[in-house]
Amino acid sequence: MDAVARRRLLMLGPLGVAAVGSGVFWALLLRMRQGTYDPHALQSMLVGKHLPDFTLPGQAPSAGFSNADVNSGPLPALVNFFASWCIPCVEETAALMSLRQKGVTIWGIAYKDRPLAASGFLTRYGDPYHRVARDADGRTAINFGLYGVPETYVVDRSGIVRLRYAGGLSSDSVNHMILPLLRKLA
Amino acid sequence: MIPELGHFALALAVAIAAAQAVLPIVGARARDARLMGAAPALAVGQMIALIAAYGCLIWSAVVNDFSVYDVAMNSSSHEPLFYRITGTWGNHDGSILLWCLVLAVCGGAVALFGRNLPSALRARVIGVLGIVSAGFLLFTLTASNPFQRMWPPPIQGAAINPLLQDPGLAIHPPILYTGYVGFSIPFAFAVAALLEGRVDATWGRWVRPWTLAAWCFLTCGIALGSWWAYYELGWGGFWFWDPVENASLLPWLTGTALLHCAIVVEKRETLKTWTVLLAIATFSLSLCGTFMVRSGILNSVHSFAEAPTQGVFILVLLAITIGGSLALFAFRAPAMAATGVFAPISREGALVLNNVLLCAICAVVFTGTTYPLFAALLHMELSVGAPYFHLTVVPLLVPLFAAMSVGPVLSWKRADLLPALLRLWWAAAIAALIGIAAEFGLHRSFAAAGFAGAAWLILGAFAEVIERIRLFRIPLANSWARLQAQPLGVWGAAVAHAGMGVTVAGIAGMSLAMSTIVAMTPGQTIGFGGYRWHVLDIRKVPGPDYTARVVDLQIMRDGRQVAVVHPSLRTFTQQKQTVTDTSIQTNLLRDLYIAPGGEQGGKMVLRLHVNPLAAFVWLGALVMALGGALSLIDRRLRVGAPARRGVVGVPA
Amino acid sequence: MIRSRFAAVLGVLLLFAGPAFALSSPSEMLANPVLEKRAEALGMQLRCVVCQNESIEQSNASLAQQFRGIIRRRVEEGWSDKRIIAWMVQRYGTFILLRPPFNPMTWLLWGAPALALLVGGAAVVLARRRHPTSPEPLSPAEQQRLADLLK
Repeated sequence: MDAVARRRLLMLGPLGVAAVGSGVFWALLLRMRQGTYDPHALQSMLVGKHLPDFTLPGQAPSAGFSNADVNSGPLPALVNFFASWCIPCVEETAALMSLRQKGVTIWGIAYKDRPLAASGFLTRYGDPYHRVARDADGRTAINFGLYGVPETYVVDRSGIVRLRYAGGLSSDSVNHMILPLLRKLA
Repeated sequence: MIPELGHFALALAVAIAAAQAVLPIVGARARDARLMGAAPALAVGQMIALIAAYGCLIWSAVVNDFSVYDVAMNSSSHEPLFYRITGTWGNHDGSILLWCLVLAVCGGAVALFGRNLPSALRARVIGVLGIVSAGFLLFTLTASNPFQRMWPPPIQGAAINPLLQDPGLAIHPPILYTGYVGFSIPFAFAVAALLEGRVDATWGRWVRPWTLAAWCFLTCGIALGSWWAYYELGWGGFWFWDPVENASLLPWLTGTALLHCAIVVEKRETLKTWTVLLAIATFSLSLCGTFMVRSGILNSVHSFAEAPTQGVFILVLLAITIGGSLALFAFRAPAMAATGVFAPISREGALVLNNVLLCAICAVVFTGTTYPLFAALLHMELSVGAPYFHLTVVPLLVPLFAAMSVGPVLSWKRADLLPALLRLWWAAAIAALIGIAAEFGLHRSFAAAGFAGAAWLILGAFAEVIERIRLFRIPLANSWARLQAQPLGVWGAAVAHAGMGVTVAGIAGMSLAMSTIVAMTPGQTIGFGGYRWHVLDIRKVPGPDYTARVVDLQIMRDGRQVAVVHPSLRTFTQQKQTVTDTSIQTNLLRDLYIAPGGEQGGKMVLRLHVNPLAAFVWLGALVMALGGALSLIDRRLRVGAPARRGVVGVPA
Repeated sequence: MIRSRFAAVLGVLLLFAGPAFALSSPSEMLANPVLEKRAEALGMQLRCVVCQNESIEQSNASLAQQFRGIIRRRVEEGWSDKRIIAWMVQRYGTFILLRPPFNPMTWLLWGAPALALLVGGAAVVLARRRHPTSPEPLSPAEQQRLADLLK
């Protein structure tokens, strides 16, 4: 390669860098619009692992439960963190009720909530849960790697977490994500 | 009616910009004097149209016309007039219109101040600015139009984000944008040079003042943003290595490199290709800084407007502007033969080192800021935060600072390092003494090294001046005469370099900052950081659109009152937000910084900071900008200005 | 703490709602200043998971506040910095590390300064090779003349 050609190639360098950069931005923008990339979302470390150890008191009248109870109960199952003070939690109650009607086992955990507020929430919007426990100080939630409510974890037949869904479930996400996964795991 | 006029003016600006993008460049190619001659008129026309458009937007905000979507979303009649006006750029659509306005003003400035430019070069420069304008104006008109109406209009507007209700932040966008967009002029000169296939000393001479002006504004803009973060975010930090902050730092770094590089082009006619590339890169990074942070892709504390749907449009515009100019560069630059040469030990050699280091820092900051995105593409999650930047940038700053004082005392073409270093021995000795004294006094190595570095920079900055006036080598009177005869440009460089030293001193001082948190009731006194802090009263005060809980805090030292400050928590009634109004009592050598943090059972939680030399951080930036301004008013920089009268050695 | 997608719209507004600094009460601080300093340094290295781009120490989100508490308890219990960070990473992944780990994924990141200098240096050398003709050194006579001129 002669000197001029090499020089020419060198001068293409900046264009190359810009092209790679815009390619990455383009790909991410596309994924953002498709909803497959959310810069604010966080991957769960729990996926592919067993549930962390926990034993939580019940939200009356329900009895409390532990990770062993979830693993020995009907599987696959969902574990759902909610709180009466969170707006998306209210919005997802309809989707959770529809799951319940389809026979899905949902374990509920009231996150940093007062008992009275949580029971009021359950009577007002319906109780889709197999059992409801209280994580008053949020320590169990931290062991789950929770970063906001609501969050829903899908546990497969061998007790391994397969999916963490952060945010309120909608009929759309239930039909296109949760139900197909549960069918696959059944 | 007024918003429609604004809308019309905006549409008119698009049409003028389109003509400005095509006619002058075609004219320059065809050597058609009439077409080339149309360039200044078109540029000025576009500027007037956009001033009118922006004026209409401000008018709509002033008269509280809430049928205009932009006004309804970002203004309210309860707000003071000042914030209603500044609110027009406190949001996405308005800020982009402001961006376009500044770009048009840049075009107008070239048209008005560039009368003695060669007409083909002027036509091309204005034409290139027209291309950029046309793209972004089209975007404003179609995808982000601030004049959109809403019907029925709300009775009251949604009001500006209370955090933005602050004089510092209110004037921040125009200054920052002037800096960002100002680099469009060197960019246009670079592209025009590529189109012409010629870069020479005159070109360097033309580019430098524009670059310098943009650089001064950007320096001030960054400093203002950092200052805002310091007093508004309320925990005493001044730089967070946040993507938005980094985005403003990137063009500053390449712009600084460009500034120095243009000197080499002007004086030695070398580094021409590199200078052209830097000019393109600086504006490209400005564009990225303005628009990529709006796409919502980057995680930032500052992103107040996210618009992923408009992201694609913006990306296409950026690809055309940046990709187009870089493709032109790849195509044309190899043909531009460099004429000058340089020795490694010379003024230009030092400037090359400065460029390599500045660009390396820029590359590191860029990599750190965008790396999470690359990782996300591979479905990996990671964060790059302040610890990374401290570990990587500081090692690059050390040689840069070391060279900053040596470079100016080297002569052009070829220099000897040893004599140059000998000329600086006194600066090095004083700096070392300060460093050692600080280490023994404070036992904090980072701060000690910082103070030594600051002394080295400040003293070294004036070494060239001292060298030029041959202080102590010729009679003092003669030195004095020489001093008075020094061109402003020399002073400018010295002052700007010293400014960097002042900032470094501030950063070193801030590394010694102390803070504590206390809960206090009226009448209580505590001791902290060598001061007595006494709460006189906690009271409720109504404001124009908020209510405040004000703490009257008396600060004493050695039994004498230092100050009485009134930090407060402001609860904005309409937005239902509480904003901390910190109090800062400064005597330049240290800040007493008080941020209230909410009430707990009759006690007010206060965070108290004693920040040594905090003011120096921003003062240094101002000094840097001042240095730039001094250089800017140097007559030598103005092409066509008559030569300076009598040079050196005139006895007083 | 509200769902992040919600927060994406309201963005900064939520972040700053309420008192705008981290430690919200003096009782949060450890009595031992050495341990408190260590806890602060740890918190500065960990990213708040709820907010956009702040460390746990700077954030006023309730989850960040809880993390501050946990870190301080662990520090008091005598855990090493390494162990505390590992505990956090196990739950929240490398995302929370403001100082990314050194592994094959981040070689390019940590190598950036060296790489940038290398590329810059190479560019300078290449550019100089294109002009091998550096100017002839001045002859003694020329140097004398220069010295005279400069006087």
